[in-house]
Amino acid sequence: MKRVYVNEDWCLGCHLCEYYCAFANCDETDMAKAFKLDRAATPRIRVEDSDDIHFAVQCRQCAATPCVKACITGALSVNNGVVEIDQSRCVGCYTCILSCPYGCITIDEKNEKKTITKCELCTRNKEIEPACAANCPNRAIVFEERGEE
Amino acid sequence: MNYVIIGNSAAAVGAVQGIRSVDNAGNITIISDEKYHTYSRPLISYWLKGAVSEDKMLYRDSDFYEKNNVETKLGVKVTAINAAEKKVILDDGSSVSYDKLLNATGSKPFVPPMEGLEYVKHKYTFMKFDDAKAIKDEIKPEVKVLIVGAGLIGLKAAEALEHYGADMTVIDLADRILPSILDKDASAVMQSYIESKGVKFILGTSVKKFNAGSAELTNGNTVIFDMVILAVGVRPNTELIAKAGGKVNRGIVTDNKQAVEGLSDVYAAGDCTESFDITSGTQKILALLPNAFMQGEIAGKNMAGEEAYYLNAIPMNAIGFFGLHIITAGSYDGNAYVETEGNRYKKLVTQGNELKGFILMGDIKRAGIYTSLIKQHISIDECDFEMLKNDPLMMAFTRERRNEKLAGGVGNG
Repeated sequence: MKRVYVNEDWCLGCHLCEYYCAFANCDETDMAKAFKLDRAATPRIRVEDSDDIHFAVQCRQCAATPCVKACITGALSVNNGVVEIDQSRCVGCYTCILSCPYGCITIDEKNEKKTITKCELCTRNKEIEPACAANCPNRAIVFEERGEE
Repeated sequence: MNYVIIGNSAAAVGAVQGIRSVDNAGNITIISDEKYHTYSRPLISYWLKGAVSEDKMLYRDSDFYEKNNVETKLGVKVTAINAAEKKVILDDGSSVSYDKLLNATGSKPFVPPMEGLEYVKHKYTFMKFDDAKAIKDEIKPEVKVLIVGAGLIGLKAAEALEHYGADMTVIDLADRILPSILDKDASAVMQSYIESKGVKFILGTSVKKFNAGSAELTNGNTVIFDMVILAVGVRPNTELIAKAGGKVNRGIVTDNKQAVEGLSDVYAAGDCTESFDITSGTQKILALLPNAFMQGEIAGKNMAGEEAYYLNAIPMNAIGFFGLHIITAGSYDGNAYVETEGNRYKKLVTQGNELKGFILMGDIKRAGIYTSLIKQHISIDECDFEMLKNDPLMMAFTRERRNEKLAGGVGNG
């Protein structure tokens, strides 16, 4: 299946992916308004920076799905290879955060129930392809098929 | 092929998914003494406090049984396993034959003999949905509740009852709270936090004698109550397997394919079993929902003929009380790195060059990166451990490890 892959040699550390992710997953149609009015979503991607290394991290949609197996409510499930979160069933116990080896599940601080949020490859929002990859200025994030299940 | 599963919770659901990943044709029958569609046991406290409605209690979608072609016998109790004739006997006198059987019977509350307990009218355990419903029926304004047991179950009950303004006292023979998942210092932090929410603790003390509406304690004091919640501990349901001739220590003993020792074609998974904890190197009962699901899934695959092994089991818990969250994993024996500030507490425990366990309270973000170090036996010498002490970051791994994790390697989460 097509997945998001990162190439840390090319990452500039600009954090645009975080902004595009936060915008893609909110209801606001104007990006400036989304941030100005604090309507942007909690980003599901995160850039790690050091002095000379930068790279983005988000859910790998891994086949092992330890988060789904660990979920105590059934809020996490796999749909066509994409690990999806049903926030209406999440109680914020964070067993998935305990289980994700990539550290890619985030508390959604903008949700009053403090449920979790995670990358769903922009399959459940208005985007056609993952906004992080589509808007990366240096192709450090790509969305492609690499022959992995 | 006839698969029979005794139990209808996480391990049973894991088994159904495991079986169906291999065999779409075989007949699966789930037998449970509870009348409900599969629901999440840990959600009973959320339901009690009104955070989750009954329809959101379901552990899987309402069409789970239909989609997986599972026949259910709910509200029926299995009274015996006849391993020689490969059938289970039900309390309505009928029997069900199996080719492969899974015992996913879970655990039950342990209520030690306590003098006078029979005089207490409103006493409850807190494990099943019906327990939560019974408690809710008896709640009235300013209800006085005595909770016996300051462990996970007792304190989750306290959290739920706080929602009703209950006047709560928690008593425990142990001298600190949550000893099964926290160290002494973290217990103290959590205790004062929960006390700040109005819950009273009486520790290092037990009930000497119950009267109808009061308890005389070993420290000489008396606690008045309207309701008692008994949360002393749990015990695995091992009776069926033991009587059938399977090996039972504290829990049911299985191999790493979840097959029960001493019986053929009988598997066991979940809170009724023992697991091998790789962080302490010992067999123990890991009564944890993720463990139950994963054991069940492995059992299901093996029952359906695909070899699969349950390895890398560790104790691990993610739980919150009154909004303060904890994530813990592994063993706390070894060299400790500790950071503490207010309600935040962090402890990382290493043995040699491996992380063996951790406690995070207050700030739990990206905890799974620590878990992965434990489960995958990643040497801390290979990482920037000073960085990891500060924050669980991918940056702390070698470039090779990072590339494997982020640019590929999607199969081995």
